[in-house]
Amino acid sequence: MIKLVINGESRDIDVAPDTPLLWVIRDHLQMTGTKFGCGRAQCGACTVYLNGSPTRSCVLPASAAQNAEITTIEGVSGRAAEAVQKAWTDLDVPQCGYCQSGQIMAAAALLEQNASPSDADIDTAMTGNICRCATYVRIRKAIHKAADEMRSEANA
Amino acid sequence: MRRLQQQAATLSRRSFIAASAAVAGSLTIGFRPAVAQDATSDATNPFQAYLRIGPDHTVTVLSAHMEGGQGIYSGLATLIAEELDADWEQMSVEGASGNPDLYGNKAMGGAFQLTGGSTAMVSSWQRYREAGAIARHMLVEAAAQQWGVAAEEIRIDRGVVSHPSGREGRLGDFVAAAAGLPVPAEISLKPRAEWKYIGNDEVRRRDTVDKTRGQQDYTIDVQLPGMLTAVLKRPPRFGGKVAGFDAEPIKAMPGVIDVVETPRGVAVVAKSYWEALKGRDALNVEWDESDAEKRGTAELMAMYKDAAVNGEGVAVHGVGDATRAMDDAEKTLDADFEFPFLAHAAMEPLNAVARYQHGRLEIWAGHQMPDQYQAVAAEIMGIDAERVTLHVMMTGGFFGRRAAPDSDVIVEVASIVKALGEGVPVRVQWSREDDMHGGKYRPMYVHKVQAGIDADGNPLAWSHHVVGQSILAGTPFEAALSADGIDATSVEGVDDMPYSVPNLAVRLTTTDVNVPVLWWRSVGHTHTAFVVETVVDDLARMAGRDPVEFRQELLSEHPRHLGVLNLVAEKAGWDKPAAEGIHRGIAVHHSFGSYVAQVAEVRLREDGTWKAERVVCAVDCGIAVNPDTIRAQMEGGIGFALAGIVHGEISMTDGRVDQDNYDSYRVLRMNEMPTVEVHIVESEESPTGVGEPGVPPLGPALSNALTAATGVRKRVLPLGNQV
Repeated sequence: MIKLVINGESRDIDVAPDTPLLWVIRDHLQMTGTKFGCGRAQCGACTVYLNGSPTRSCVLPASAAQNAEITTIEGVSGRAAEAVQKAWTDLDVPQCGYCQSGQIMAAAALLEQNASPSDADIDTAMTGNICRCATYVRIRKAIHKAADEMRSEANA
Repeated sequence: MRRLQQQAATLSRRSFIAASAAVAGSLTIGFRPAVAQDATSDATNPFQAYLRIGPDHTVTVLSAHMEGGQGIYSGLATLIAEELDADWEQMSVEGASGNPDLYGNKAMGGAFQLTGGSTAMVSSWQRYREAGAIARHMLVEAAAQQWGVAAEEIRIDRGVVSHPSGREGRLGDFVAAAAGLPVPAEISLKPRAEWKYIGNDEVRRRDTVDKTRGQQDYTIDVQLPGMLTAVLKRPPRFGGKVAGFDAEPIKAMPGVIDVVETPRGVAVVAKSYWEALKGRDALNVEWDESDAEKRGTAELMAMYKDAAVNGEGVAVHGVGDATRAMDDAEKTLDADFEFPFLAHAAMEPLNAVARYQHGRLEIWAGHQMPDQYQAVAAEIMGIDAERVTLHVMMTGGFFGRRAAPDSDVIVEVASIVKALGEGVPVRVQWSREDDMHGGKYRPMYVHKVQAGIDADGNPLAWSHHVVGQSILAGTPFEAALSADGIDATSVEGVDDMPYSVPNLAVRLTTTDVNVPVLWWRSVGHTHTAFVVETVVDDLARMAGRDPVEFRQELLSEHPRHLGVLNLVAEKAGWDKPAAEGIHRGIAVHHSFGSYVAQVAEVRLREDGTWKAERVVCAVDCGIAVNPDTIRAQMEGGIGFALAGIVHGEISMTDGRVDQDNYDSYRVLRMNEMPTVEVHIVESEESPTGVGEPGVPPLGPALSNALTAATGVRKRVLPLGNQV
């Protein structure tokens, strides 16, 4: 049995310890917001937080995630996540939407630790997340918008 | 997006029953009726075909086209909401299937349902507005009868039905009565001056919120009680077949339920994807490769180049006498182009889910061609087609990949379901490696061009030989080949080029290669636009002329080409010097009914690489139904094209595909995306598509910019990032 803490809830799961966390979340816990795109940490669709840090769940064995705090798109919260999801909606960022859970997780993590990211900062933080529909123009704009909203909230 | 019928499968049994009751309560009279024609008129009852209205007043549009990011769901919702006078927030959309009369693609003749060719809005523009207007008429009539007032006195505004007497109601209050009323034989549509939603930049997509919360379900997210997952081992070379395999050791592995041979490979069926994958990776299969393609791409390219030089080809199009006129040319240009195989590589790897119970088969997948898949699945199961229900899913990108003439993943899932018997739902899930190796590529092509200008600098002669595979040959669409075996998709964009060239000869050599090929976002235009627009640019340079002025003269009979060309030149500031360090290139191309021109701006970097910094885009797609979606499709098409031109390459060694995953098959990432500005031409023409037309001009615009920057023209793709 592997014990995982997901979005604040502790779960005991009967899986082989080498099962990637992605498939535990999706197939065993039926939480399908985190997506499978490549299985080799190349695309970022599987991004979750492990103790607050963005992690590729498709290459993280369940045994390595034991007792860590795992956050998925279903449970992400806080000012950065809210600002990101609002900016994403204001600008109609998603097209097919399949990569967007990972994009949002990565963007929110960026804004949690950098309140005023430059375009170069955005490149660094986001280049690991592929969008085949190439919504990058709007992703970038939405990150700047979210940062602006967070700043004006903070100043209010 | 409301999660009712389509997503009922993901709910628990108790909530599935509740969801079914809710759907029944919305009083749709049949989801896929055999006949939806009204007995007294020939008009279709929209409540039996194109929309339903629930007791909670949700208006659910039943879409004839699959949504995979291109925005058609919200596009159809726009049309219905406009004519219905609904509130935008009450709109929802689902995929429909199973009735070619209702959902057949009108741009493709109407006999079968298809998403592709940027035709969804073309097919739907009249049909869905009429459906909304007829529904409105019937709802007003129902309200009039219920209230005992004259229909002309009734207003509908943002889903609220009202009468000057003070009576008020909402759409769901009248739908039961409305659906049973006579369907008007004629209907008038809202005039343009009254549009609230069509053409409105403020209209936001209906699927965005779910997609930002991980709540949008795709095929990969369908979960049915007792569902097993199958991962297949497929031949490593195209055309290979199963000769033998040893299932026993695999059946003993944890979670593995069965090992099943299908026409397309051997399936390991297990309780979860991970267990199936491990079983598949451990499975040994002997392959019969007697018919397999064993050549590599280097060998194929050498063969193509030889055919381009020494082969006659079949004459496709001719004006004047290009060979003789070339001798009179003042200056000539020789241009030889090489294009690689390209993979679609959509983010959601190929998949399908099927369940066979009580003699009925259901298949959940990204069905670009539902009628064909329905027929194929029925044949495999040995049941009537009307016992097969296709659930058309929101899809994680397609770009043409899910319109498979051989019904690939449908054959796989139906074969496995048949083998396992009734009551066992099966998901077939491809890995990224499976998807990358799976063929159905944009074909390789060679173009050999010789072009000449006269003493005045005008194009005089153009001789053009295209060499490559036919996408249509060997498929159910083979009937579309010409009597000479010409596949129009190999030469589209060349044989119909808008430029007036007095002597033009276009030839095609179709090659015999056993690699499955397919339409890839903008199909033939992916290579023909690159060739035509770079050759035209080179001719302009040879004539000492500005590329824009040169084209303006040659396009004098083509106002819509000129419209986008002039608009993009204006918005890019073509007549002023470029910013410091910036080099520009322009291209204009017409595809799938729409006209697009782009100016690409590149900067050469000190490390010997270049970067595309900005693309300015002008598009004429007729009436702009959803301007923001048009912009998004241009942005996305530009990004998709950029990857295909700069990095994209599927190569083969001895018949085995070299690329496995996104590390070896590069697609565009954030750090390479230029800024994009889109300008939409005002138009009165009926809308044309935007899914593909943004792709073709990018490559040549980029190449023209790089050539302006370096003086060197590269014609072997991918271009790579090195200067």
